[in-house]
Amino acid sequence: MASILSVKNLCCGYGSVEVLSDVSFDIEKGDYIGLAGPNGAGKTTLVKTVLGLSEKFKGIIKLFGQDLKSFDGWGRVGYLSQRVTAFNPLFPAAVKEVVGLGLLSQKEFPKRFDRTDDVKIMQSLDLMGISDLHKKPVSDLSGGQQQRVFLARALVSSPELLILDEPGTALDPQSREDFFEFIKKLNRDKGITVILITHDTAQIGQYANKLLYMDKKVVFYGSFSDFCRSAEMHQYFGHFSQHLICHQHE
Amino acid sequence: MSLLHYLDYTFIQRAYIAGSFIAVLCAILGLFLVLRKLSLIGDGLAHVSFGAIALGLFFGFYPFYAAIPLVLVASYFILKLTEKAKVYGDAAIGIVSSLSIAGGVILASLSRGFNVDLFSYLFGNILAISEKEVYLSLGLSLAVLLVIIFLYNDLFSATFDEEYAKVTGIKTERIHLILTSLTAITVVLAVKVVGIMLVSALLILPAVTALQIAKRFKAAMLIAISAAVLSVLAGITISFFMDLPPGATIVMFNVMIFTITLAIKKMVS
Repeated sequence: MASILSVKNLCCGYGSVEVLSDVSFDIEKGDYIGLAGPNGAGKTTLVKTVLGLSEKFKGIIKLFGQDLKSFDGWGRVGYLSQRVTAFNPLFPAAVKEVVGLGLLSQKEFPKRFDRTDDVKIMQSLDLMGISDLHKKPVSDLSGGQQQRVFLARALVSSPELLILDEPGTALDPQSREDFFEFIKKLNRDKGITVILITHDTAQIGQYANKLLYMDKKVVFYGSFSDFCRSAEMHQYFGHFSQHLICHQHE
Repeated sequence: MSLLHYLDYTFIQRAYIAGSFIAVLCAILGLFLVLRKLSLIGDGLAHVSFGAIALGLFFGFYPFYAAIPLVLVASYFILKLTEKAKVYGDAAIGIVSSLSIAGGVILASLSRGFNVDLFSYLFGNILAISEKEVYLSLGLSLAVLLVIIFLYNDLFSATFDEEYAKVTGIKTERIHLILTSLTAITVVLAVKVVGIMLVSALLILPAVTALQIAKRFKAAMLIAISAAVLSVLAGITISFFMDLPPGATIVMFNVMIFTITLAIKKMVS
């Protein structure tokens, strides 16, 4: 089976500082990957490089079997950024307008929206349970509601791969748990491949089927059961941490 | 003089037509610039047009024919300074605009003949717009408007969230270049309406007025366009009857609309 995402010998950095060193892994269709690691491990850099946001890298990245440099199927990839509040709060954008931006990757010049797009936008808002907010300005919504709007934007193009960069940061514990549950449901019911960046290695064990643990390089990549059996990981994390992660996964 | 007779003057008709088109451009581009925190690029490029107009006058050709390509080049240079030389945007604008003003002042000093002409561009005079300039303004305004219409969704996306726009395959650097190029053309046109010193007001004020009350981006565009066109038409009319400089009157009217909008917003909330 062809990989959804294949990364081979990826190296990149800022100036003379190396952030990622010889990173290689393959992600198969239907995987739910928990991408974890300490601060400065290169998790966000990895994701940004895979998304084409950083062009300075060495190695090979293939999305859906196509080299990243020539990849043009961005509608197959949904992305939820770490910084949901990065947009300008003065920007007078309605929820519907913002969600529609997720469809631009599938549009040909001059990129006009039609009735079919309206239906897709409303379906995506329905899926997130916020269709009643479609006319509201995004800046008038709470942090949790904004999070749902941006996830609706990421899902509106019916992506096969969903990349989420620390989506739980702006949410309270209950909303975070609901959110992770919802992503798990998308993965299970719709077969969407998920890469979720998190600091919380223990919690992600409840939802993901594989763990990609990084610290500038790949420390561990595999299933949680392999992780729990690994003597190398036992040594790396210590008994308590490894046990905690494995206990949550069970 | 009755209003009917006043409208018979061809120079008033020309000012109304050209001024309205340029006001529409400034309102739309101003919204994108203000939201991208690039408001002062209009000011910087207006300063560049000072040097470019001086160059045109120095070599004895129509100033706008020198100003349009040179201001376009300057806008590109500002972008490249920001991207390649790791200079902050405001510092890049400062470098390019001060270079242009210095060049313009040296040319004015060397020529000793066109100082009056050059300084008339500082404060503009839409009432003195020629037929040729009206056609130039209309042609360029329509071209700029067409580009904005065709690239509307890309401009919207790149302004709302640049990183996400890139992920959807939008070439945001290209959009940025197009936006600054359109601004360069608009600034040169607006110099005739309000003058070099006040161009940024025409770009910023209608946009910030609209942003006080609009709930959607298209509504913000309509409000900004209405405020800009109303200011230009009212400014021209008031300046004619009260014998005031039209550029400054247009800007004062713009400030008045902004202040009233702000006051109404405060009262309502």
